[in-house]
Amino acid sequence: MSLSASSHNLSLAEISSGQPVARSAIPELPLPQFQGAILDALRDRRRVCALFGATDSENSFKISLYVVLADDQHGRLHIARTGVSADGFPSLTPQCPQVHLFEREIAEQFGVKPLGHPWLKPVRFHRSYRAGADAWNRGPADVVQAGVMDFYQITGGQVHEVAVGPIHAGVIEPGHFRFQCDGETILHLEIALGYQHRGVERAMRGGPDKRSLHYAETLAGDTTIGHGCAYAQMIESLGSCQISPRAAAIRGIALELERLANHVGDLGALSGDAGFLPSASFCGRIRGDFLNMTAALCGNRFGRGLLRIGGVGFDIDASLAADLLKRLDVAERESRAAINLLWETSSVMARFEGIGAVSKETATELGMVGPAARACGVDMDSRRDHPSGIYQFSHIPVSTWRGGDVFARAYVRWLEIQRSIQFLRDQLKALPVGALQAEVSAPQPESLVVTLQEAWRGQVCHVALTDAQGRFERYKIVDPSFHNWPAVAMAVRGKQISDFPLCNKSFSLSYCGHDL
Amino acid sequence: MFENIINPLIHIGLLVAMPPLLPGVINRTKAVFAGRKGPPLLQPYYDIYKLLRKGMVISTTTTWVFQAAPVVTLAATLLAGLLVPFGPFAAPIHFTGDLILFVYLFGLARFFTTSAALDTGSSFEAMGAAREMTFACLSEAAVLLGLLVLVRLSGSVSLTPMLLAPLAHRPEAPVLLAAAGLFIVLLAENSRIPVDDPNTHLELTMIHEVMVLDNSGPLLGLIQYGSAMKLLVLSALVLHLLVPFHAGVPGVDWVLFPVELIAMAGVIGTVESFMARLQMRHVPTLLAAASLLCGFGFVLMVR
Repeated sequence: MSLSASSHNLSLAEISSGQPVARSAIPELPLPQFQGAILDALRDRRRVCALFGATDSENSFKISLYVVLADDQHGRLHIARTGVSADGFPSLTPQCPQVHLFEREIAEQFGVKPLGHPWLKPVRFHRSYRAGADAWNRGPADVVQAGVMDFYQITGGQVHEVAVGPIHAGVIEPGHFRFQCDGETILHLEIALGYQHRGVERAMRGGPDKRSLHYAETLAGDTTIGHGCAYAQMIESLGSCQISPRAAAIRGIALELERLANHVGDLGALSGDAGFLPSASFCGRIRGDFLNMTAALCGNRFGRGLLRIGGVGFDIDASLAADLLKRLDVAERESRAAINLLWETSSVMARFEGIGAVSKETATELGMVGPAARACGVDMDSRRDHPSGIYQFSHIPVSTWRGGDVFARAYVRWLEIQRSIQFLRDQLKALPVGALQAEVSAPQPESLVVTLQEAWRGQVCHVALTDAQGRFERYKIVDPSFHNWPAVAMAVRGKQISDFPLCNKSFSLSYCGHDL
Repeated sequence: MFENIINPLIHIGLLVAMPPLLPGVINRTKAVFAGRKGPPLLQPYYDIYKLLRKGMVISTTTTWVFQAAPVVTLAATLLAGLLVPFGPFAAPIHFTGDLILFVYLFGLARFFTTSAALDTGSSFEAMGAAREMTFACLSEAAVLLGLLVLVRLSGSVSLTPMLLAPLAHRPEAPVLLAAAGLFIVLLAENSRIPVDDPNTHLELTMIHEVMVLDNSGPLLGLIQYGSAMKLLVLSALVLHLLVPFHAGVPGVDWVLFPVELIAMAGVIGTVESFMARLQMRHVPTLLAAASLLCGFGFVLMVR
């Protein structure tokens, strides 16, 4: 850790992903400087990775705000904190749309109001962490129910309101979408989530314990390895543990298999939503083949139980590596055929091209991450920008595209599929040696760690604050969906409501990852 | 004399018993192209039988219109099926001007289906009703223009003489143009790809399916049976333009006709396997193209 000399970050602690910093070394700024630092950072092409509140104990009136800013170009993270009173603090959202949901989350969790927030609504519909404090002055008798809030409304002769969900016709997670439409055109979409809120962040308090890793694995079921790796790396850096190259390689293999299964599955689902059956059926089956490779690795198709603190629980021996390579060849050939069929079919391309376009400016302003951001031409990928584990030694080229429409989001996935397969082949052919698990010491007390992982959906960010005994005093999780949900609403504005499902699928965001 | 009794009986038998087989064939065809096994050919029969034995949940906001709609739709489709000649055999009911009745029986069915959709008060279903009506305006024009070609050709305004006019009197170009136009209408009216996707679960993209979301049990069974019958009736009509050849032996022709229908379902399934749905805002363009095809056919006839 060092205090950066650059004029912009004079007052911020500078670390990198997975590097613990003593809490005393994090500068406590007065609120105006704290917010000024965030605005400076955005002007400087940095991003808000996380902005969250923390208290020493559940009833404390002293609320601290922490911000984690990512400098993707230099692979550095800048951290600062500030104190806010229970009466509220001036909202930064009007100047900085990226913090819109973060400020709503702070209001909901700590009952402290961001004053002047343009759309202060609950995010997950739960009671505040501080007993009695509520940003909406709801008493203990008032019912707090997901989706019950005032929605943005437009009135007028031809304007009509369409409410979709929370229960959907397909087997997907619950979420409520409220459209204001003029005929077939969407004027405004408001998304209300929170139906899947389980209180994971709160349950992590007082950890790490035996449950913590499993909480992390189930934050979003389809991102088991992504969230699991972020958590495991957190405990390892707090316990000054360096995992072996072999364990790092196996984690990388699992993470890329997860990416492959989800990307192929999503391309199939996109094809299905466009009414094009051949690719939909083939991709659905090939997704299963990739999941089965993960199962061959650890016995579970989603990779549950593969990760252990200090390494991995399962080895890849020579025969398994040969078997996986063989399966990879078949899956590559088949997915190439099924996916190229999409690009070659003009009726499919007519549905993909130009639909749900997000500009690069909007993507940057909203702080979008992952393939959805790369499809807008934003050149970012935590595997390159904030590498950890195997990605420090083995690089995967970043796949970007232009246009930010459904086609771009689909095509970036296809580019990533090809590069992940190449990466897997390289790793499986030359697995490094080393112990599967390394010793991990007790977590460092009074520290803060940020870990970033590029999961298939985008950047996963975990932040832990430990107390004097080395237990989690605050555990903050930011799933990529949290950054990207507002982009879905922007992508469909002014577009046809009949294209919404396709557009939504092209983002393929998580509900439970957002709801935590 | 014997023929006058047996032919209408076979006609009615086919009209009542065969419809669910066609969606079965379509689904099977699509499954084969997608590399899957697919459901049994007779699955639609099992589904309808299952639905007919189930209970119903009826929204409290609805009125009698909601429950009448599936019945009226089925009755109208059945009656329309009696006006169309199957193969080389005259339709059981035919009279001068029955083609207008034929077109507007479907209009009546549509009126009830959309009214029932509005009756539920659901924003989805109203959206579906609006789409259905918008597209119907365009497809109705195509059907009438297509039939006008045959009216001009046969000099009759009754479906049976129009469709069974001797081959020798048929100029190819206008009939083929009308056939192409009517085939597009057939896909649109039966909510097939590229206009609608009968398999989708995405309410926001549906046209026809979204209007019947509130139906369950026997009413839903009637709706599914009715739409299969509509597919059969419109296919029978288009077949007269595409395959106007007959063996001349009643026994053979009665076998040939169902085979042609099954082949037609196979063609529809193949179309669906090779293309995605159109964007909703491009559907009117396709239907306008259908009207133009039929219109050109008519222009060629009046030169």
